[in-house]
Amino acid sequence: MSETVLMKGNEALGEAAIRSGCRHFFGYPITPQTELSAYMARKMPKIGGTFLQAESEIAAINMVYGAAAAGVRAMTSSSSPGISLKSEGISYIAAADLPCVIVNIMRGGPGLGGIQPAQSDYFQATRGGGHGDYHLLVLAPNSVQEMACLTADAFNLSEKYRIPAMILGDGTLGQMMEPVDFSALPKPVFAEKPWATNAMGGRRGPNVIKTLYLLPEELEATILEREKKYDFLRENLQRYEARFTEDADIILCSYGITSRVVETAVRELRNEGIKAGIIRPVTLWPFPEKIFKQVRPKAYLSVEMSMGQMVEDVKLACECRVPVYFTGRTGGIIPSPAEVIAKVKEIHREVCAVV
Amino acid sequence: MAYKIILAGFGGQGILFAGKLLAYAAMLDGLQLSWLPSYGPEMRGGTANCHVIISREPIGSPIITNPDALIVMNGPSLDKFEDQLQPGGTVILDSTLVGRPVKRGDVDTVCVAATEIAESLGRKGLANMVMLGAFLKKTGLFPVESFNVAIKKMLGENKQELAEANITAVSAGFNAV
Amino acid sequence: MSEVIYKKPDSLSDKPFHYCPGCSHGLVHRLVAEVIDELGIADNTVAVAPVGCAVTADEYFRFDTVQAAHGRAPAVATGIRRALPDRFVFAYQGDGDLAAIGTAETVHAAARGENISIIFINNTIYGMTGGQMAPTTLPGQVTQTSPYGRDPYTQGYPLHICEMLSALNGPTFLTRTAVDSVPHIRETKKAIRKAFSYQLQGKGFSLVEVLCACPTNWGMSPTDAVRRITEEMIPYYPLGVYKEEV
Repeated sequence: MSETVLMKGNEALGEAAIRSGCRHFFGYPITPQTELSAYMARKMPKIGGTFLQAESEIAAINMVYGAAAAGVRAMTSSSSPGISLKSEGISYIAAADLPCVIVNIMRGGPGLGGIQPAQSDYFQATRGGGHGDYHLLVLAPNSVQEMACLTADAFNLSEKYRIPAMILGDGTLGQMMEPVDFSALPKPVFAEKPWATNAMGGRRGPNVIKTLYLLPEELEATILEREKKYDFLRENLQRYEARFTEDADIILCSYGITSRVVETAVRELRNEGIKAGIIRPVTLWPFPEKIFKQVRPKAYLSVEMSMGQMVEDVKLACECRVPVYFTGRTGGIIPSPAEVIAKVKEIHREVCAVV
Repeated sequence: MAYKIILAGFGGQGILFAGKLLAYAAMLDGLQLSWLPSYGPEMRGGTANCHVIISREPIGSPIITNPDALIVMNGPSLDKFEDQLQPGGTVILDSTLVGRPVKRGDVDTVCVAATEIAESLGRKGLANMVMLGAFLKKTGLFPVESFNVAIKKMLGENKQELAEANITAVSAGFNAV
Repeated sequence: MSEVIYKKPDSLSDKPFHYCPGCSHGLVHRLVAEVIDELGIADNTVAVAPVGCAVTADEYFRFDTVQAAHGRAPAVATGIRRALPDRFVFAYQGDGDLAAIGTAETVHAAARGENISIIFINNTIYGMTGGQMAPTTLPGQVTQTSPYGRDPYTQGYPLHICEMLSALNGPTFLTRTAVDSVPHIRETKKAIRKAFSYQLQGKGFSLVEVLCACPTNWGMSPTDAVRRITEEMIPYYPLGVYKEEV
């Protein structure tokens, strides 16, 4: 049965987390993700869950670390500057192979930056943020419906593969309202957690969650073991949406809210006879590089709300066989379809010129 | 085709709520929609606005650069958005609070003394609903009856008295055009 | 026929401590393990280890242990506590961990009255990194990073954690003990037992600050180090119960 309601992205995300079995949320206020904390603060006490406003982002992520170690589905959310603070804890969670969901409703940076939407934390999300050899599973919704569905996926995948998952949204997706149908949510699939530090009772010996390995050989072995998991995910978990790519001269790559601007732009370009296509990565890590091996455009254009971060992954994925361009706005400004169209036409003149 | 509406005014006038109501009515009609608010310091005392897109097709960008309609409840908002309006677009303005006429000659303007009408109803806070009534009359986007159902559903069982007051205000706006 | 009159607590593993001669960690580990044995709660315990010399506490304790990031043990313990309301959760932290980098986590876990217990090892120095100035380093004390003696004028004054936390409503049991004499060691064990019992009774946040020795980084023999606790530390950090709610 359809359960369509009108909801803000932040709230839909919270509701999806609860429906996915998350009963432990540790937050700290920051614009523009605050509605998520507020939603959890309203709902959790009524369903026997925990909402705790921590003393800092650092404390919040470490509470998630503790709760995840104890074996429950735990979540925290923040926006860009707060994610920087959480990065320490994220590195530890990745090192301890703990499942959890971290939400970044991005705003403009660096520094305190601004509070308007941005996508300038792509590097932070996909390249680390914290220290060490690790990855997060990074999911990038582009609608309120996906804010909900990908959150449910994030909990399942994170638990299945023991990898922290990040929902990488932005201020627009967090604040906007769209109809969302919760009957379409992936059902929670709970994994066994024989590793959890939930006290020994019944077990033979103690469980330990740790991240310190003083012998380099021992540390290297844990990293190599984790890398096998990363390789598996790289091979099996790439998700994307590709549209109009078969005959496309220029393929526009964008994720999140920007992909909707691109969608509008591409429809207009097609109406004008310019063969534009779209690749929208849904997983930013693992980056959906396989699709880039199947298409043959004359150029790519990465459209982002940053100074060009995902563009590097586009270059790697297509191995620079054709030119890769970038356009975008940053600091809290969303590029307009007109700006994107103008850039595509400029590229079109360069790469599709009749000789 | 998508119909794109920007609602704008001071924080506290119920701009975001009025936009939500349009979005909600669209959802009940089985249409596609998006509602995007301005957020941040603007919400507190400054100007507030929201972008509402209603469409039969999936909606691309939820950000409106060229609205089909503008519902404005203060002068600064008219200054900010007037130039963005599509040629042939519609402006509904609260003539109680907007001190100047619309400069553009290529748009359709409806002036309604929304705040004054709401005050006469004893509910100054419902000027936003008066504006929506005028907007519905002018555009015919939703029949008033189905819009009233949206109001009742959105406010819920416990706020039916408030829903009735909203409906009265919408009706006053509808009849003022 | 011989009789066992003294043995290693069940809650300690067979692994020999790596701690330096005269270091108090082994002693306090043992006290903690004895209390856990006596209360019969090993099967129900989740411990949080700090960053510092006790980072590998999991190798000695025979119950579930989570290693926290530096200073974050109270936050990690909070997460475990909220996930597992019926378990026994304690954190074991040193002075740099608890009173410098983790001050916020300490103060707020205490202010929330989080139902956890904390064992706070105060030895006035960073041990694991080789003897730097700690938040509890005494005025005049020479360390690697206060080579001319801690000068309060430029390096500030030490933190009195029990006194500070006693100003909060959240904690229910706060005490400072020492391990410089047999009676004091006995009192320390009693304090740990009381703190743990408070948690088992759901009374909320408790902390036992133990004045400990770090002979290696103090540049002293183990016996001189114990004497320093008595002669220099106890006068500066008075022993006693700072808060006790019945």
